[in-house]
Parts: sequence; C-alpha cells; structure tokens
Amino acid sequence: MKNKTDTPLTEDFDTQTLQINVGPQHPATHGVFRMDLTLDGETVVRLKPVMGYLHRNHEQIAENMTYAASMPYTDRLDYFNSMSNNFGYALAVEKLAGIEVPERADYIRVILAELTRIVNHISVIGFLLNDLGAFFTPLTYAFREREKILDLFEEIAGSRMMCNYFRFGGVKRDLPPGLLERIRTMMDVFPRFLDEFEALLTDNDILCLRCQNVGVLGRELALNAGLSGPMLRASGLGYDIRKVDRYSIYGRFDFKVPVGSKGDVYDRYYVRVLEMRESLKILDQALRQIPSSGDIISRKAAPFLKAPRNFKPPVGEAYGRVESPKGELGFYVVSDGSPQPWRYHVRAPSLINLTVLEDLCIGHKLADAMVILGSIDIVLGEVDH
Amino acid sequence: MRTEEIRDHLQSLDSSLRLRIVLESLLVENPEDLARAVRALKSSPRLKIDFLSSVTAADYLDFLETVYHFYSVELRIGPVVLRARTRRDDPKIPSLCGLFRSAELQEREAYDMFGIRFEGHPDLRRLFMWDNFEGWPLRKDYVQEDSDVLESQDLAWLEKNSIHVSQELKTRALDLQARGLRADAQRPAAEGPANSGAP
Amino acid sequence: MIFGAGILKGMLVTLRSFVNSYFKKPDQGGLFTVEYPEKRLVAKERFRNFPFLVYDEKPEDPRCVACDICAKECPPKCITIVRDADAEGRPLKKPALFDIDLSVCMNCGICEEACPFDAIFMDHEFEIAGTERHQSLLYHKEDLLKSNGYFRQIRPSDAALIDARRKEAEDKKKAALKPAAPPEKKE
Repeated sequence: MKNKTDTPLTEDFDTQTLQINVGPQHPATHGVFRMDLTLDGETVVRLKPVMGYLHRNHEQIAENMTYAASMPYTDRLDYFNSMSNNFGYALAVEKLAGIEVPERADYIRVILAELTRIVNHISVIGFLLNDLGAFFTPLTYAFREREKILDLFEEIAGSRMMCNYFRFGGVKRDLPPGLLERIRTMMDVFPRFLDEFEALLTDNDILCLRCQNVGVLGRELALNAGLSGPMLRASGLGYDIRKVDRYSIYGRFDFKVPVGSKGDVYDRYYVRVLEMRESLKILDQALRQIPSSGDIISRKAAPFLKAPRNFKPPVGEAYGRVESPKGELGFYVVSDGSPQPWRYHVRAPSLINLTVLEDLCIGHKLADAMVILGSIDIVLGEVDH
Repeated sequence: MRTEEIRDHLQSLDSSLRLRIVLESLLVENPEDLARAVRALKSSPRLKIDFLSSVTAADYLDFLETVYHFYSVELRIGPVVLRARTRRDDPKIPSLCGLFRSAELQEREAYDMFGIRFEGHPDLRRLFMWDNFEGWPLRKDYVQEDSDVLESQDLAWLEKNSIHVSQELKTRALDLQARGLRADAQRPAAEGPANSGAP
Repeated sequence: MIFGAGILKGMLVTLRSFVNSYFKKPDQGGLFTVEYPEKRLVAKERFRNFPFLVYDEKPEDPRCVACDICAKECPPKCITIVRDADAEGRPLKKPALFDIDLSVCMNCGICEEACPFDAIFMDHEFEIAGTERHQSLLYHKEDLLKSNGYFRQIRPSDAALIDARRKEAEDKKKAALKPAAPPEKKE
C-alpha cells in the first residue's frame, strides 16, 4: 500500500531505486526460487521471478521411459500431494488408451485425492503464517494433523510422500483392512482441529491487518493469466474442475465451491480453510458410498502391471486435467504407438500461478511480497519440473 | 460442440481462416493466422473462450508444432484445441501474450525447450535453463552434454577465475578439441561411470 | 470487536494446546513426537524403502533367475544384473552379479511389482548412511540377499499370500510332472 506521507520525503531527497536479489536460498521463498526485485525504499517497483534451479527436464525423462515408469516421477512434481499428480497422469493415459476404472478404485482415488487436498491446504496455511512471521506455532499444529494423514498414506501406499499408488485403470493394491475406519476416525477429529485452528487465526487482528487488501487480484486478470485453483476462486470465480469436468466420480458428490470476494491474501487463506471443510464433506459421502469389495484395477489394464513394456496406447493424444490442490494440473500425452510417449507435457499450476506475482507485489512492501508469494502456494518441484 | 462445428463456426466469423482438423483439434494452417483465430474464439458469443489453459510444443522431426488448450470458464466449454506448425530450421510462431497472459511463462518454457521464437512476446528468455545454454533439450535430436568432461572453453573460464583443474581433465579437454568433438553424454561403454557396478 | 480480542482468543488456543501436551494422549492433542533413535515408531507393513533379494533355503540359491526384467523396468536404472554360467559357459538361472546403486534408487517399488518370480521385495531398512559417496551405497548380491524368514517377519500378511501362491504353483508342477516322469531329470 502506498503510504501518502512517504511522498513528500521522496520528493525532497534524491532517492535511487535499489535492486536486490531474494533467493535462491532464502527461508521465505519456499524452495530454490529467486526473485529479482527492484525497491524504492521498501516498496517493490519491479519483480522478476527467476526459476529453474530444480529443473531436471521431467518431460524428457518421461519421454525416454515407459508410460508406467513415469508414475513415480510425477510424485516428485508437487511433492506435497503426490496422489493428485498420480491422479492427473493416470486420467490422461486412461483417456489415451480408453481404459475404464472400476468403481471401488474410483472411490479410493477420490478419497486419497481429497485427503491430499487437506494435507496441502493445511501445510500451505502453516507456511503462509511462517512467512507472516508467526514462526512455527501454526505450522507445527498443521503438521501434527498432516502427520496423521501421511501415516494413513504410508499404510496404504508404503510411502508418506512419494506414494506412487495410482496405476492406469485403477490403483496399485487394495486398501489394507480397517483403513476406512481409521480414515473415519481421523475425519471425526479433524473438524475440531480446524475450528481450533480457525480460532487461532481467522479473527486474529495481526493476520487481518497483514493480509486484508494485500495482493489484491482482480477477476479479469486472474482469468486472463490462466490462474486456477484457490487463487482463481479467491478472486470470486467459482471455477472448479471437479464440478466442471466431473472427472472420475466427482459428479456423485454434493459439495460447494467456496469463493472469495476481494481476491486478497486473506481470501486465499480463507478459501483454503473452506475447501478443507468441503473436502471433508466429500470424504464423508465417499466413505459411505464406497463398495466394500470389487476390482481395484480394470481387467484391460491389469496385465500391464507385471509387464509395463507391453503397454502401448494407440496413436493419438490426450489432455487430462484434475483439480489439484494448487490448481489445474494437466497432463498432455502424445502416443506414437510405442511403449514410450512421444510427447509428455505437464501443465503445472504452480508455474502458471506465478505469472501474476509481479502484478500482485508492485506497490507493496518487501515483507508483503513474501506473504503474497506464500499465498500463491508454489512448490518448486512443480514449478521447475 | 464438435470439432467440425467449431471449425465451421470460426470460419463463419473470419472467412479467411484456413483450418484443418487433426485428431480432435484444429490446425491453423498458416501460423500467421493464429492470433486471428484466437481473437475469433475469444469474441465468439457461442464459445466465449476466456481461459488459455496450456501452451506447449512438440517435435515431429519434419516440423515443430505448438498446441493450445482453451476453455470457456463462463460457458463451461472445453477443451478447444488449436495447433500450429512451423519449420524446424527457423521456427516462428506469433505470441498469444497480448490476448492471454497465461501464455507468458508457458511460451518462454516452449522457447527454452524447443527454440520456437514467439514473435511479439514481451520478454522471451530462457525460463529454466541458464542464459548461455546451448541447444534445445526437448527436440528429438538433442544430445545431452557430459557433465563429467570439460571442454576447452570451460577450461578458459576456469582459468580466468583461477580455479584449479586436474591435469587429466585438461588433457581430455584438449584431446576433444583436437579431434573436433563436443563433450556429449554418448560415450564408449568402457568409460561408464565409476560406480555403475560393471565388472 | 475490540482490537486484540482475536489475539487473546488465539492465545487461549496455544495455552490449551500447551497444557494438553502434558496430559492427553498423542491422538487427542498430546505430545505427538517420539525421540528417535531411542524410541521408534512401529514400521507399517507396506512401508517400502530399498529393495532386497529373497532366498528360500540358502543364499547360494536365490529366487532370482537373472531374467533382467527388474533392471529393464527400473525407472532410474539402478539395477545391474549379470547372469551366472556353469563351467562350460552355459547360462545358469541365477545371477552372478546383482548390484543396486542405492544412491540412485528412488524407492518406487516397480521392481517388486514387475518381478515374475517373487524374488525382489522392498525392505524396511532405512538406516544405511555411509561415510563416502559411491562404494558404501552400492549394494552387491551378498548385501542384498535376505532370507524368506526375514521377509515373513517384516511383512507377515504379504509373505503368507506369496508363500501360499508359490506352494500351490509347486504342487501343481509336481502333480503335472508325476504321470510322465521322464527318466532324465532336468537340472
């Protein structure tokens, strides 16, 4: 916010702008991300994001191996929610090869994707508060809850973060016995924690002062710049791919799409809180509807589990997108009929959401720039793919 | 709407557009028309395309191709897929930054990986690779450089910055230069990495 | 609302959390962490870290037949297999060399999935730190071979399934062999 009382001072003195470099190793940049900033006093006048420090050419790696073998690599895109990444890639390849998913597998997928959304949003809020200077208290509370869900993931998939659990046409293995009850127990406790978390944060005067009217993103710009996920919804556009595409079995669930009114950092925080509550609603319905037994992988795709090299989708292309917690995660896959994809592209929401970073930060103080970056919610594994 | 309908609809809006159906998408035959086609999509009352989701490119050996996935957030329509082709030796495609800001970083990414010059892009630099990186990594003929071997120009830089280099690396660099070779990752099997476990 | 009321409300939450950490159970808001390495959490059965090879009776006869499928399917290509040969140079159905570079392995578990002989599984072992970069993380056949008993111990329910399946296959093979037992027995 431009403070009017500052203006006479800068007029009287001959001031210069200062170019500084934040990152790539900086505690507030969420990873190896660099911001080339020009400051006038403390006010940001120009900001150029510089990225690529974590670049490993994920796309080329995937083009040089079988379709199934890039599944574990998608885990490493957005390492906070590997289940969603698996989901997007599986959807794209299923579209390409025309594979149907059995019902139970679909329910398992949705349950895991929604748990992932909770994991992501709760840790993002924790990190956002870290950026605001509320070091570690909200973050450790958030991580305590995250840990409970990650324990479930470990029990299901074998790994807490690099789950590698989805397969084309289903999932890798059935859920271990008694797991649905454990998810239910977790879910019964979670709203209480969320209430407590909100009591800690939502009405907090300092949080309101620091976040409201900071980094305001208008509706038109958000849409034009291709933003998606909570960023777009905080700006007042209720566009949710789960509702629009009704991919997988999302059409069966009754849930709302929370939208913000102003599009500032506070709205982005609050939209995420509300989304967690909606995720709980979906989980509740999914847990009630899930068939107690059935195939977990389609008959057509099951043989390829043992022999991934024989999986050759017909010539063609497919674009599969899911509503990942960060936004629209799309996978564009082109097949030439061989066991390896000819072209494999990831539409990374974290990367595209960074388009507006400069617009949001200009005119704000340096400390606010960190908060705005935190509210965009980037993961460098995905930005730099 | 089906792809044929979209084609006919676009051609009714702008009769000079030449469009061909490829798979489930529309190929803009003359890449110069791309911006006009997108403007028609944007202004069409039946489509109201307002969201450019993904911009990417692909290498088909004879030509390079860019692929665009559009959606309409207002009407919940999509994806409308456009593609444009360009020559491999001098790839040029008009930029869509003026129409959709979401193309900004994605076109830079496509430039970085394929070397397609997006004309009219305000800030066309490499996105992930460093500025003086050579080559276009996602083209099919790209050969990865061997990061364990130095080249003579690396030696010059290291010496300028007074960084010590072992004699072995120096001899290899000079040997490569004498043979007129680059330090490519494809090398004889006998020279495999020390820890590959081969007997 | 008066300025500061929200902060006070938040303070109450932290105070309650502080008190609860002493008096409540871990899953109800109590102290959640354990002090590694003195205390450890119980490993989940499906937990996967690095692969190991299984042998049934003695380490000289591993289940692995050196078919090279895992090495081919391994996404980061961290497995190297060389097939054993007898004195006359005929290939044997076991590996002479089976190396896994754990510094490259990314714990995805695809080798376990692809193996048609139930010979390679993911281990629970995670404390494998070494003092240098290359040699201590390059595991050879001898380091990788572990008994089926160990597998039963770390993953009881999976092992039971696999053992039952193998036994069934063996019984079937025996039954099929009996009626026309050829005089020259295959090695």
